Amino acid sequence: MKGESVLEVKNLRTSFFTDDGEVAAVDDIDFYINKGEILGVVGESGCGKSVTSLSIMGLVPSPPGKIVGGEILYKGEDLTKASEKRMRQIRGNDITMIFQEPMTSLNPLFTIGNQIMETIRLHNKWNKQQVKERAIEILQMVGLPRAEELLNEYPHQLSGGMRQRVMIAMAMVCNPQLLIADEPTTALDVTIQAQILKLMKKLNQDYQTAIMMITHDLGVVAEVCQRIVVMYAGKVVEEGDIATIYRNPKHPYTIGLIKSVPDMRKKVDRLYSIPGNVPKPGSIKDGCRFAARCEHAFDRCFRETPELYQTGEGQKVRCFLHEQQGGVSE
Amino acid sequence: MLTYTIRRLLMLIPVLFGMTIVVFFIIRAIPGDPAQVILGQQATKEAMAQLTEKLGLNDPWYVQFFHYVKGLLSGDLGESLRSSAPIKDEIWPYLAATLELSLVAMLIAIFIGVNAGIISAWFQNSWFDYTAMILALIGISIPVFWLGLMEQWAFSLELGWLPSTGRENVRDPVEVVTNLYLIDTLIAGRFDQFGEVIRHLILPSLALATIPMAIIARITRSSMLEVMRSDYIRTARAKGMRMFFVVYKHSLKNAVIPVLTVIGLQVGLLLGGAILTETIFGWPGIGRYIYEAIGFRDYPVIQSGILIIATIFILINLVVDLLYVAIDPRIKYN
Repeated sequence: MKGESVLEVKNLRTSFFTDDGEVAAVDDIDFYINKGEILGVVGESGCGKSVTSLSIMGLVPSPPGKIVGGEILYKGEDLTKASEKRMRQIRGNDITMIFQEPMTSLNPLFTIGNQIMETIRLHNKWNKQQVKERAIEILQMVGLPRAEELLNEYPHQLSGGMRQRVMIAMAMVCNPQLLIADEPTTALDVTIQAQILKLMKKLNQDYQTAIMMITHDLGVVAEVCQRIVVMYAGKVVEEGDIATIYRNPKHPYTIGLIKSVPDMRKKVDRLYSIPGNVPKPGSIKDGCRFAARCEHAFDRCFRETPELYQTGEGQKVRCFLHEQQGGVSE
Repeated sequence: MLTYTIRRLLMLIPVLFGMTIVVFFIIRAIPGDPAQVILGQQATKEAMAQLTEKLGLNDPWYVQFFHYVKGLLSGDLGESLRSSAPIKDEIWPYLAATLELSLVAMLIAIFIGVNAGIISAWFQNSWFDYTAMILALIGISIPVFWLGLMEQWAFSLELGWLPSTGRENVRDPVEVVTNLYLIDTLIAGRFDQFGEVIRHLILPSLALATIPMAIIARITRSSMLEVMRSDYIRTARAKGMRMFFVVYKHSLKNAVIPVLTVIGLQVGLLLGGAILTETIFGWPGIGRYIYEAIGFRDYPVIQSGILIIATIFILINLVVDLLYVAIDPRIKYN
């Protein structure tokens, strides 16, 4: 359900200009994030999740990448048209980001304190003492022990989980409106994963920071998200409340994704997997991008591109089967 | 850290001893007789024999070597065969001239080279990048003697802007204290002379700086390119940091280690390899001192000169190794 949104992405198109021509990594996507909500963005590698987040941050590597169309509205302000100076004010302060690789996301040559305090100083005119106090406070908030000593330590002295906490601390230190987490738990082992997710959920509740959780892990989504956007080959294929989508997935791709999560209660010889591979970005010009892997595909799917059809309260599906509110049964 | 430094300093001993052996034998393998060179073509056999005896050159090689090393160990670099003066007293003005020239050249090379490399990496594939890298390629390829001559032709002969040779205005000599003229003129409070010394430094230091500058620029560029692709640079940008600080703070510190290595090696090369430049620009440096000593078969001068250059070279590279630790907390020497 759409409430007061903190971010609204409309018809966003981000392309990479290579020797083979324009490749649309993100092709005409729409979604929104409500204030204080956790939105899951799900899809396989290469479906455009990360490019979407970099587009929002204005950090698409350019050249070769470029936002070629659409709007990214942050509280009504179109970020695609914002100046670099304005984007710098927003980055790290209003919208922040954490990344997949905590091991390499911190600068190895600067202390934790330096890197956190630097973020504070970029967005606040505080004195030394205030900056330091805030840094210690934020480190304690993300559950790191010995916060004061940690300020003088270097990233290589910390474990992966601790580093990801430092990254979260750095992202939260200026009380952002939106935190984009690009696969924040993928590189961590399972127990640490759970801790980090719990922390993010807590921060979301305590500070009303909206989180855009990018992941390919449906378990993560089920754990923390309220709403979910499923992406496939640069397009949004399904969108809706977490409960609706888990109980009643409509797009054949979403159905496949959910089916491929192993169920502890059943004993199966072979885990389900969706046949075929993700198409190379830009290789499919006409028709539904999933058609080649879809067991329900028919003629029209290869000729025309389906729209996002509203199929129920807060659920949208990009599939011809649902054009007239029909359904795919499992 | 301290133990490491001490160990490295102790390692100087075998290295320098090895150097001494090699140099000692190589110069004695050069054909020619010091006595002959000193006395000239018309010298009588008796005079030559007498001089050879006096110079101790009739002793067997191991006796000569023993005397030399024994002297070295007590801090005695030997005496020049040509002037009979102790090398210890004679060598410093030459060494100071070279130090001054190569330091200035290196500062120019580092400042321009590092910045050109950074900007080239920052704006990769831009016109600046292409221009800088083509110039760097030319810089590496240009023979120094040709560049030096062209500088003299253009800036001294044609334009008349700068002096072509020497360290100072010979009609108004610098009052020598340290032999580093930039310092000596300041001690004397002679700012006009200071300017004059700088004017004399410009052409030779530019000639000398060209190759290191080009190498530094290329290394900096490739090192920066690699660093700027890393995740922590993306993090720095995601904080809302200005690109300038992302580049000069977060990227440069990570990219600087290979650059430092090259700088260390280049300083060493400049110290010993400035002979061509010193000859062209009439610079009374250690390169020329040794070069002339070779002409006179002045064995002790050649040996000690090379030994001093080698020592400085090794010490500079030790400093570079210690700088690594200061820069990168992950590097530990045990």
